[in-house]
Amino acid sequence: SFFSPFQQRIEIHKLRQGDNLILGFSIGGGIDQDPTQNPFSEDKTDKGIYVTRVTEGGPAEVAGLQIGDKIMQVNGWDMTMVTHDQARKRLTKRNEEVVRLLVTRQSLQKAVQQSMMS
Amino acid sequence: MSAAMDTESTYSGYSHYSGHSKKAHRQGRDRHKSPRSKDGSRSEKSVTIQTPPAEPLLGNDASRTEEGQDDNWGETTTAITGTSEHSISQEDIARISKDLEDSVGLDCKRYLGLTVAAVLGLLVFLTPIAFILLPQILWRDDLEPCGTVCEGLFISVAFKLLILLIGTWALFFRQPKADIPRVFVFRALLLVLIFLFVFSYWLFYGVRILDTKDTNYQGIVQYAVSLVDALLFIHYLAIVLLELRQLQPMFTVKVVRSTDGESRYYSLGHLSIQRAALVVLENYYKDFTVYNPALLTASKSRAAKHMAGLKVYNVDGPGNNASGQSRAMIAAAARRRDSSHNELYYEEADHERRVKKRRARLVVAVEEAFTHIKRLQAEEQQKAPGEMMDPREAAQAIFPSMARALQKYLRTTRQQQYHSMESILQHLSFCITNNMTPKAFLERYLNPGPTLQYDKDRWFSKQWTLVSEEAVTSGLQDGVVFVLKCLDFSLVVNVKKIPFIKLSEEFIDPKSHKFVLRLQSETSV
Repeated sequence: SFFSPFQQRIEIHKLRQGDNLILGFSIGGGIDQDPTQNPFSEDKTDKGIYVTRVTEGGPAEVAGLQIGDKIMQVNGWDMTMVTHDQARKRLTKRNEEVVRLLVTRQSLQKAVQQSMMS
Repeated sequence: MSAAMDTESTYSGYSHYSGHSKKAHRQGRDRHKSPRSKDGSRSEKSVTIQTPPAEPLLGNDASRTEEGQDDNWGETTTAITGTSEHSISQEDIARISKDLEDSVGLDCKRYLGLTVAAVLGLLVFLTPIAFILLPQILWRDDLEPCGTVCEGLFISVAFKLLILLIGTWALFFRQPKADIPRVFVFRALLLVLIFLFVFSYWLFYGVRILDTKDTNYQGIVQYAVSLVDALLFIHYLAIVLLELRQLQPMFTVKVVRSTDGESRYYSLGHLSIQRAALVVLENYYKDFTVYNPALLTASKSRAAKHMAGLKVYNVDGPGNNASGQSRAMIAAAARRRDSSHNELYYEEADHERRVKKRRARLVVAVEEAFTHIKRLQAEEQQKAPGEMMDPREAAQAIFPSMARALQKYLRTTRQQQYHSMESILQHLSFCITNNMTPKAFLERYLNPGPTLQYDKDRWFSKQWTLVSEEAVTSGLQDGVVFVLKCLDFSLVVNVKKIPFIKLSEEFIDPKSHKFVLRLQSETSV
């Protein structure tokens, strides 16, 4: 299958902790949030969902999610135009044990650009 | 005005009157050296010094001889030109004769109006009672017995009459506060209306009830009740016409005093010209500063100097070309190098400086005097706790220490006519009684106050004449001008309509004031 060069697919298996299923990372951003406060975005008007923290040893780190990643899709649902709470809800559905994220990464973009230029 | 300066420089002639004058003499000399450049035109004034020893203390009015001479209060020299003294006394004579003439004629008219209204009122009040009582008196035996309803109506008549009485007393029984030239139109209309009304009721009563000796007593009582009801409605009409209609402001009136240009604005409703004039005069006494003829002499002398310098000689022949002459004079006056503006400027600057200096001295002197009183009071309390010093005595004790500064200040601002020594002492003891500060004591003297503040003899404005092109009973209109004249000056009144205001509304959605608070929240999943 063809992947867009700037994007990466990450599959996270949720970890059960008591009554909750946790993914092991924190998100920031959303269309109802202030995009200028986002330290990870290159474009300060970008209201997308970004990964702000990844717990060590958690399912997200194991799956390869890195801090600063922008989440574009979750299980096929678009995450570029959602509120913060909608994003949280889409990630923490109780009946899903696996979430497949489509993320994009600045370092990834830069690497592809460099390889294209050389 | 430079006459005051001349006053000081001549004190040397009177140095034997009071010990203070030597100091004044020295001060006068120093002040005279103040820089006055380009003043050539001082030669035209003639100065006469006139003070026989028995002259009254303050002012140059020959009729006041009550105050004797006191060394501490003593500088009595006045320097005035010969003409001004004569003109003042002539005006006094004119004023006195006018007062005598006018006091007799108008009273009759006022009392006639009052008696007519009173008689009519009494008649109107007694009419319902008469309506009820006459059948009882004249044909008592034929009358139907008065049932419950009828007796209830008696109570209603009684109370309505009481209310009418109280209302009439509240509305109409007031001391007339002014004499107006023409009859008060609305009041006259109301009196005529009441008269016709009551007359028609009496006519009906006489024809239909008295003649036929109607036996239905209840009907008669109801007729009387209807009369009282109608009278109450006429009373309501009177309130609306006489009191309420003029309350809403429709016109703004500008009042300008002709002698010094002082102006004020007032808001009036729908009034006739004479009533508007009354309102203006009532406000004049409390709003306008008192008319002081002494303040006008400076501009008069300047005006005299303007035209006095030029003379017209007719060299062409005996033809009397008056308009040509005046035009020539005006042209020549405009063309010549007149330095009077310079003189005015320096005079005014000098005068202001002098006033400020004297005011400072006065304030300091009064403050010292008041602290002295406080010290005295404290001492008195320590010595004999039961005896407080009489304010009058305290006033007399400290008065000499500030008298000189006060007198000089009043002289400089030309207010000395308005305050006699007795009035100053009274005011001082009043302030001491009420624990006022020196500033509160001085507020009466530092600036000229409204006319009401001063003694009636000094008002210069008691008899007023209304001069108007329109009839004085017609209502105010936009652009009406009328003049209120008194003997010495006049008030020009200009009426302007309050503009029609177009007010429109703009709705602001409250949501537009709401802001979305952008957060930066972080959720862990």
